[in-house]
Amino acid sequence: MVVQALKDQGVDTVFGYPGGAVLPIYDEIFQQNGIRHFLVRHEQGAVHAAEGYARSTGKPGVVLVTSGPGATNAVTGLTDALLDSIPLVVLTGQVPTFMIGSDAFQEADTVGITRPCTKHNWLVKDTDALSGTLHEAFHVATTGRPGPVLIDIPKDVQFAEGEYTGPKAIKSHYTPKVKGDLDQITALVEAMETAEKPIFYTGGGVINSGPAASQLLRELVDSTGFPITSTLMGLGSYPASGDKWIGMLGMHGLYEANLAMHGCDLMINIGARFDDRITGKLDEFSPNSVKAHVDIDPSSINKVIHVDIPIVGDVAHVLEDILKVWKSRGRKTASAEVKSWWKQIEDWRAIRCLDYKNSEKTIKPQYALQRLQELTKTHDRYITTEVGQHQMWAAQYLGFEDPNRWMTSGGLGTMGYGFPASIGVQVAHPDALVINVAGEASWLMNMQEMGTAMQYHLPVKQFILNNERLGMVRQWQELLHGERYSSSWSEALPDFVKLAEAFGAKGIICSDPADLDDAIMEMITYDGPVLFDCLVEKHENCFPMIPSGKAHNEMLLGEAETQGVIDAKGSVLV
Amino acid sequence: MNALNIKQGATSHSAYNLRSTYGDENERHTLAIIVENQPGVLARVIGLFSGRGYNIESLTVSEIDHESHTSRITVATTGTPQVIDQIKAQLGRIVPVKDVHDLTVEGPSVERELALFKVAGTGDKRVEALRLADIFRANAVDSTLESFVFELTGTSEKIDAFAELMRPLGLVEMARTGVAALSRGQD
Repeated sequence: MVVQALKDQGVDTVFGYPGGAVLPIYDEIFQQNGIRHFLVRHEQGAVHAAEGYARSTGKPGVVLVTSGPGATNAVTGLTDALLDSIPLVVLTGQVPTFMIGSDAFQEADTVGITRPCTKHNWLVKDTDALSGTLHEAFHVATTGRPGPVLIDIPKDVQFAEGEYTGPKAIKSHYTPKVKGDLDQITALVEAMETAEKPIFYTGGGVINSGPAASQLLRELVDSTGFPITSTLMGLGSYPASGDKWIGMLGMHGLYEANLAMHGCDLMINIGARFDDRITGKLDEFSPNSVKAHVDIDPSSINKVIHVDIPIVGDVAHVLEDILKVWKSRGRKTASAEVKSWWKQIEDWRAIRCLDYKNSEKTIKPQYALQRLQELTKTHDRYITTEVGQHQMWAAQYLGFEDPNRWMTSGGLGTMGYGFPASIGVQVAHPDALVINVAGEASWLMNMQEMGTAMQYHLPVKQFILNNERLGMVRQWQELLHGERYSSSWSEALPDFVKLAEAFGAKGIICSDPADLDDAIMEMITYDGPVLFDCLVEKHENCFPMIPSGKAHNEMLLGEAETQGVIDAKGSVLV
Repeated sequence: MNALNIKQGATSHSAYNLRSTYGDENERHTLAIIVENQPGVLARVIGLFSGRGYNIESLTVSEIDHESHTSRITVATTGTPQVIDQIKAQLGRIVPVKDVHDLTVEGPSVERELALFKVAGTGDKRVEALRLADIFRANAVDSTLESFVFELTGTSEKIDAFAELMRPLGLVEMARTGVAALSRGQD
């Protein structure tokens, strides 16, 4: 029945790991061909792989794990998906209903544990309710602000025969609003017509809303001529090569993007949530602007920043209406003023905040990513990352032309996300070039998934910027803790080439900038998983940076003045 | 609906002014949360308050319509207006929550709480307790030669006041139901 419900929901791929309490479902999977099951090596890997699958396709990712440890191992992935609004349907086995509460073998209160880290969850005690719950789960996961849902299915419920309900028969009162309020949309358009220093600030909501939203965004940006910046989550919704693109904003965002946010008079937030990585010091966040906020989740509005024009609705629907209203009122903008605004932005851009001191002896991580960008940009390419300095450098130096091409753990910041996510992406796009930009420490957190990549011949490329440090931790210790590098060294690292070979994969090591291009080409052309150990400068810091507790106009651009920049108040922030 | 008329928050100074359109004072609000009566729904609501650091001053919950599996959770909470708005929005996100009413702002409402008081004593104290109970229109629902159990219905303030009076007269134990509230008028 579970398999039938999944098929009726259009599912053809499941990531999972079997165990006692899900054996009946695994038995069903064994006896059919419509659904492919990918056996991971750890349940956390299954959830991240499903996230990668979901983010690169726009479809919900599906996970099947057992009770107890199977479910608890999935918790990190669930929380990650919740914070990044990724639609997942996670099925967990549970001990039989008559044993629930008896501390049975591999029993855990799964719905209790996962209640705060799912959008919603269910414990199904009645087989007749099972198929209906499954269909409702897909509905909840994918409508409104997407998110992970979990269904806990006791083993006796899996065995029992029950009435099957098809997906069409499901009635759910959960129907979030998708159309924005027209009065508010008109208010926004009026503000756009007179704004002298407007800016679009876009986020993951544009990507979650679907490809149409990205198209409409491009049309709106290009026809108004307003500059656009994006959060880490929203990269690719507007092309990095587009001429209105001023780069990512936030703690490690571009100078021109952050200063434009600080100095704008109209901020149009589309599908972003004023995250603390973006806003910096709240009291001094964009002090002179009228703020509009488009979000499908009413609780995002006025959560951290008070906005003047709140619009609750789906990004694509709202963008369509904004365009309609703006066009019908004669496509007006204050073009002369916007032009001088651009002049100001160009001046900021001229600082070239991403410039760094290159070296002929050691590979600078920024250089490695610039070369990776050059050598892969024409490929059908998907990028995942782990979490840390390499993640920020990847966001800064790689260019994303389309949505759903960039998978990174933004909200939760989960080290160990990128490798399994790359597996999920490759499963969804078998012929594409899938690269996980990683740090050596993050990568080791889920390295067991090398087995999964080998088993299913998934040619994922693991591009490790190896500085033998927990780079971001080290950078913060340098700025904040008097260069006392407590536990931020990667001691006893494995020989990554031998490690790859032990799994039957290919290992490449590179430490000389002169060899880098050839090594990257070797990685790209090899037909199979590659572990690329790129030995980079060990003490490189990630700039630009807005230190904790500082405002957008107090960015650090380079090594020059970093001592004592974070005061006591800032140091308690993360 | 001119952008210039919606000045609320759009200021030429600092973001402090933006937020000052919300007051900084704590307010007490009574929320009626209409939920689908399914397992764990109360845990979801309470978990939201504890997980996000909101206050619960009083909580009452009971099924109100067996046919449609509907329960009503009444929560009295305190917070700044911004926090209250956020609580309501966050409650609205919970899938089995059908509706959230802020009775404090949605026009006049009635609030009642029921409490039981056990008061033990003899002589003058016993007489005085009975006299005060009469003034407060509390009913004696149990009596021994040396104690009473009083039942009192009213606003939380009235119950607080009665408890204060009973304390020197031999208040042994008390139980309160928490606030139940409804809006006034026909709908």
